[in-house]
Amino acid sequence: MLNLQKFGVTFKRNLMDKSNKSGAEALIHSLHLEGVEFMFGYPGGAALHIYDAIFNQNYVDHILVRHEQGAVHAADGYARATGKPGVALVTSGPGATNAITGLATAYMDSTPIVVISGQVKSNLIGTDSFQETDMIGISRPIVKHSFLVQRAEDIPEIVKKAFHIATTGRPGPVVIDVPKDLTDPEYKFEFHYPKEINMRSYNPPTEGDTSRIKEAVDLIETAKRPVIYSGGGVIQNDASDELIELAKLLNFPVTNTLMGLGAFPGSDPQFMGMLGMHGTYQANMAMHNADLIIAIGARFDDRITNDPKQFSLGAKKIHIDVDPASVSKIIHADIPIVGSAKECLSALLLELNSRNLKLNESDISEWNKQISTWRDAHGLNHSLLELGPQNGKILPQQVVQSLYKETNGEAFITSDVGQHQMFAAQYYHFDKPRQWINSGGLGTMGFGLPSAMGVQLAFPESTVACVTGEGSIQMCIQELSTCLQYGLPIKIINLNNAALGMVRQWQDMQYGGRHSSSTYENSLPDFIALAESYGHVGIKVTKFEDLEAAMKECVSLKDRLVFLDVDVDPNEHVYPMLEAGNAMDHMWLGKEEKTWK
Amino acid sequence: MKRVIALLMENQPGALSRVVGLFSQRGYNIETLVVAPTTDPTLSRLTMSTEGDEKVVEQITKQLDKLIDVVLVTNLSESEFVERELMLIKFRKDSFPENAFQDSNVVSKNDEVINVQVVGTSSELDALITEIKGSNPIEVVRSGSLGISSDKNTLSIEN
Ligand SMILES: Cc1ncc(C[n+]2csc(CCOP(=O)(O)OP(=O)(O)O)c2C)c(N)n1
Ligand SMILES: [Mg+2]
Repeated sequence: MLNLQKFGVTFKRNLMDKSNKSGAEALIHSLHLEGVEFMFGYPGGAALHIYDAIFNQNYVDHILVRHEQGAVHAADGYARATGKPGVALVTSGPGATNAITGLATAYMDSTPIVVISGQVKSNLIGTDSFQETDMIGISRPIVKHSFLVQRAEDIPEIVKKAFHIATTGRPGPVVIDVPKDLTDPEYKFEFHYPKEINMRSYNPPTEGDTSRIKEAVDLIETAKRPVIYSGGGVIQNDASDELIELAKLLNFPVTNTLMGLGAFPGSDPQFMGMLGMHGTYQANMAMHNADLIIAIGARFDDRITNDPKQFSLGAKKIHIDVDPASVSKIIHADIPIVGSAKECLSALLLELNSRNLKLNESDISEWNKQISTWRDAHGLNHSLLELGPQNGKILPQQVVQSLYKETNGEAFITSDVGQHQMFAAQYYHFDKPRQWINSGGLGTMGFGLPSAMGVQLAFPESTVACVTGEGSIQMCIQELSTCLQYGLPIKIINLNNAALGMVRQWQDMQYGGRHSSSTYENSLPDFIALAESYGHVGIKVTKFEDLEAAMKECVSLKDRLVFLDVDVDPNEHVYPMLEAGNAMDHMWLGKEEKTWK
Repeated sequence: MKRVIALLMENQPGALSRVVGLFSQRGYNIETLVVAPTTDPTLSRLTMSTEGDEKVVEQITKQLDKLIDVVLVTNLSESEFVERELMLIKFRKDSFPENAFQDSNVVSKNDEVINVQVVGTSSELDALITEIKGSNPIEVVRSGSLGISSDKNTLSIEN
């Protein structure tokens, strides 16, 4: 069990006995049997029997957030950092609707979470009763599956199924909606937790479809300009070791999606950086000019391919994914391989190692040289700190580099959505999977701080930094209070450009610089005073000369949450940036500089 | 080209709404949809027809297959299959086109109206509607297509 005492928290610890259980007790006991250490939640009428059951046991700790969105993001952050399912508990009606953004975020990034929502009593369902919302209905398109409990006795089996579904195949969020009467403490029944679950309608692929592995290797042997393109699936499936082994064996260059960063070491010379919308020049050029793309746990979404009709036309594609529906959905796969990343990569490695492998080594080394040339021409500058202030201002990229330096590249980094997120992705080299935690699919501003809470609770001894913007941080700022209650020493690195920077960048580039509603007209709060009023430490940086010392101090305050508010150059744009509706080699490289005529 | 997809799903509350929701969520165009419990009361069989191209139908079947409540999915139009639809038509008695129907088609009649039933492929029913247009039917009801494969393949959890 997690040592919350470290954070000054003590929980009531009465042992739960073996007698019959109410629905609420059965629920909590089932969570315990699933290995749940703690859950994030917020109480309310329909969930009160459950909260009473939580009070009377010592197995599962409850973290009281300040908004249900925060509970779901925190559970999600916990899941992403640990690989174990996260759990959130909310009440009916507004509690349930507040959880929706969190669910959609987890759904888009395929993270395993279980959200338990209280529901009005069974006999009131459908009568527009107080705090009634059709949770199953409103969450349907953004969950992997959901359950409406109909008998208290079904609760253990439903919990078992929910965790099974959330964590297997392509993971995803599962909702359990529990009418209040089914958690009534007066109604008790014999508790049985199923050992195994067998669902005739749910059999996700586990082993890789090995029938085409040989063909894949044949293709690999013919490749002259190969690219390994991997995504979040490799991280989810803990297949990073296999990915690295593959890349090293073949000496193929590697690129990761925004969700896949960390699966291949960011500081490895074979790594080309992130690809796509704000991917590096060399990664996007390599994708465009490749003759073989090996896609692993990535889904060719529109932030990668740009115009799919012009996407890497000269390349054959091997596509490994656990979700059959992702294969050939957007880009035709010449060799589709359905199965978990780990199993498929292992099978691929086995075949590669058992052959007298004949790679086009001289072509591949030419190709790697070409990539180096691209990198030298337009790659990201990872030594910006040495340049000092630019026009008297701090560049947001310099803040990320300073954070990287002070944390030795070892921190967990969560982020929000905007320019700061892209700068974090581009400039913090993630060497380990699960180190980089952000909302890639839904792009949810407000994700950074609460997800960092989940990470920090799971890893009390690690540095957890949330790289955010003054826009995003205000979306779930109330969680500063939660951080005080549980003593979570998160480092908030606010790249303060006094604007909804990413919106403004688009307005600069596509709307003639008309900044419609993307600045705040001097209405921003004093973040230092705000952090202090929540009981935390605030540090303000306005001058480049102070940046590194302030960052050092921020990181060194191990037991305090620090809000580091850095004024950065408000005119900075994120580059490269793909030109909308074109091929991947059409990139803006700067405000005036582009790769096409 | 018209394509027919058949699936078996858990006969449970919420299952149908997941299937139907998927279509609107993913922008699939569905022409007809028929659903009823099977002889195994824990399962329902659902048949749908769509005009989508092969790629779209492949996505639809894959996405349907992913739904937890869906047990089996098949694209019947991938091989030979039989498609049938039921149509009920109401005519005013005085404009009933006697030559278009046999007595056995008539399912009810009174002094004012005659109801007939016709079974056929949906294109046969389309043709019939054009043929009887002049008789001004006052109501036409169609069931939507059902389908069954022509060979020994069955959509069943037993095999
Ligand atoms: C909840 C939500 N609303 C709106 C958006 C659209 N959006 C994307 S980036 C952005 C600006 C973010 O501003 P800030 O957090 O200050 O980051 P910056 O781009 O300035 O670094 C907005 C409004 C979003 N992603 N999420
Ligand atoms: Mg900003």
